[in-house]
Amino acid sequence: MPMNANEVAQIAHLARLAVSAEDSETHARNLSEILDFVEQLGTVDTGDVEPLAHPLEMTQRLRTDEPSEPDERERFQAIAPATEAGHYLVPRVIE
Amino acid sequence: MHDRTIAELGTALERGECSSVELTRATLERIDQAADLNAFITLTPESALAEAAEADAARARGEAGPLTGIPIAHKDIFCTEGVRTSCGSRMLERFVPPYDAFVVARLRAAGAVAVGKTNMDEFAMGSSNETSFFGPVKNPWDRNAVPGGSSGGSAAAVASGLVPAATGTDTGGSIRQPAALTGISGLKPTYGRVSRYGMIAFASSLDQAGPMASSAEDLAIMLQGMAGFDRRDSTCVDRPVPDYRAALAETDVRGLRIGLPREFIEADGVDAEVSGAVTAATDALREAGADVREISLPNAGMAVPVYYVIAPAEASSNLSRFDGVRYGYRCDSPADLEDLYKRSRGEGFGEEVKRRIMVGTYALSAGYYDAYYRKAQQVRRLVQEDFARAFESVDVIAGPTAPSTAFPLGSKADDPVQMYLSDIFTIAVNLAGLPALSVPAGFGGGRPVGLQLIGNHFQEGRLLGAAHGYQQLTDWHRQRPSVEG
Repeated sequence: MPMNANEVAQIAHLARLAVSAEDSETHARNLSEILDFVEQLGTVDTGDVEPLAHPLEMTQRLRTDEPSEPDERERFQAIAPATEAGHYLVPRVIE
Repeated sequence: MHDRTIAELGTALERGECSSVELTRATLERIDQAADLNAFITLTPESALAEAAEADAARARGEAGPLTGIPIAHKDIFCTEGVRTSCGSRMLERFVPPYDAFVVARLRAAGAVAVGKTNMDEFAMGSSNETSFFGPVKNPWDRNAVPGGSSGGSAAAVASGLVPAATGTDTGGSIRQPAALTGISGLKPTYGRVSRYGMIAFASSLDQAGPMASSAEDLAIMLQGMAGFDRRDSTCVDRPVPDYRAALAETDVRGLRIGLPREFIEADGVDAEVSGAVTAATDALREAGADVREISLPNAGMAVPVYYVIAPAEASSNLSRFDGVRYGYRCDSPADLEDLYKRSRGEGFGEEVKRRIMVGTYALSAGYYDAYYRKAQQVRRLVQEDFARAFESVDVIAGPTAPSTAFPLGSKADDPVQMYLSDIFTIAVNLAGLPALSVPAGFGGGRPVGLQLIGNHFQEGRLLGAAHGYQQLTDWHRQRPSVEG
């Protein structure tokens, strides 16, 4: 499935990745080759086959709704780049 | 001491031939001598010597186990409290976790001495260890060749005798393929056998931690230290851990039913020297009394395309947390929030990681989900059903670990599909969640060849017993490269 630079730009936007114009051509070629390669899955008859998402087909284990971890705020705040009044300070994001 | 196994080093420590502190000092010196291999990202000499001193004290108190005082290394994908955990990426170049991964904590509790963190393909994405932000690892058998990936640093460290054992992770063959290419033994346990807590996630339904060492016996000792239930990993299986070392003696090669998949034997692009070594290995097992028979895994050829839909899809989700706000590298002077996300991820991730994120994003996007992701999950079930049928008539499946010996550095760097085919014999095992290992089985052109053995779910004991039986018949696992190069 051939992919062009515009389609790469669209996918990169969805993935929130900056991709330079010069890298777009390389990505277009590589992604096209990879998608061509996986196209062979279309030759397999999977009409009534249930998808397999987990190799052991386990169901999500549930636990009782009780705290299981100790409060380690002081330890984690000690290694944070910046804190104030018990809160973590993060760099300003410009909007 | 560098050519001894864990079992032999344990005996030496027990007899007082050396202390763990002496052993650890010698290990650190040898690592320094082999710095050109680029096998390590971070060394921890001070904490290693402190752990060694504690191990000596524990031994003096009569509290030593098989791993007490043994130097080991951890793949840099495992979180280590107070020690940088980069996952081979610029994105996590400065990440110092405040906690240990389950595997790290378990091995520490067993008395193992952690000397450092090994180099790896970025976020475990690669089959050659060339995608690391910290540069490629070199194969100790040929410094112009790759060690395999993504656990290539751990493989090179064990192969060159820098440490007797190391941890690795295997998402599509990342323990077994580098083990094969560097001539060591490596085990991917059953999915869920070892907790993934504290292991930086790549593809969560495939990732599995496991040991890399120089013999099946050492793999058994390491797995004993790593395996066990952990409530913090909801995919970890609550099931008793058997005595793997005892299983070595209990499994007899005589009468062991070994299946040879027709599709592995007839696969295109397999080096003649690899086929020859694997045939010689199965002949040796047959002569020792094993029942070797041909079987079929009709959907095995679809494993790689299935993997390259599922793994990137899961990776695109797992790696979304690295956005410059919550985790990881942050770009300078972002213009707005979208610019912050895009440039942080664009500058923090390497090309292979970006490629896989984009493939995964595409496969999961509206209009393509059914054609790619759902279809791949359906074929995944067919692959697993092939194995289930095979294990109705055999105990173990044998074949090559990799289609070739170690290839030259840079030779596949511009051809991702060719690189992906390096894992053609290992990926199906991850899709099905089975245990499998690779052991050395000969050489081609002076480079090691690996024999892969695959077992049924939770049959690690039988698998290790079969590998141990093979290593009683051969001495390939005793061969060592020169550290001097």
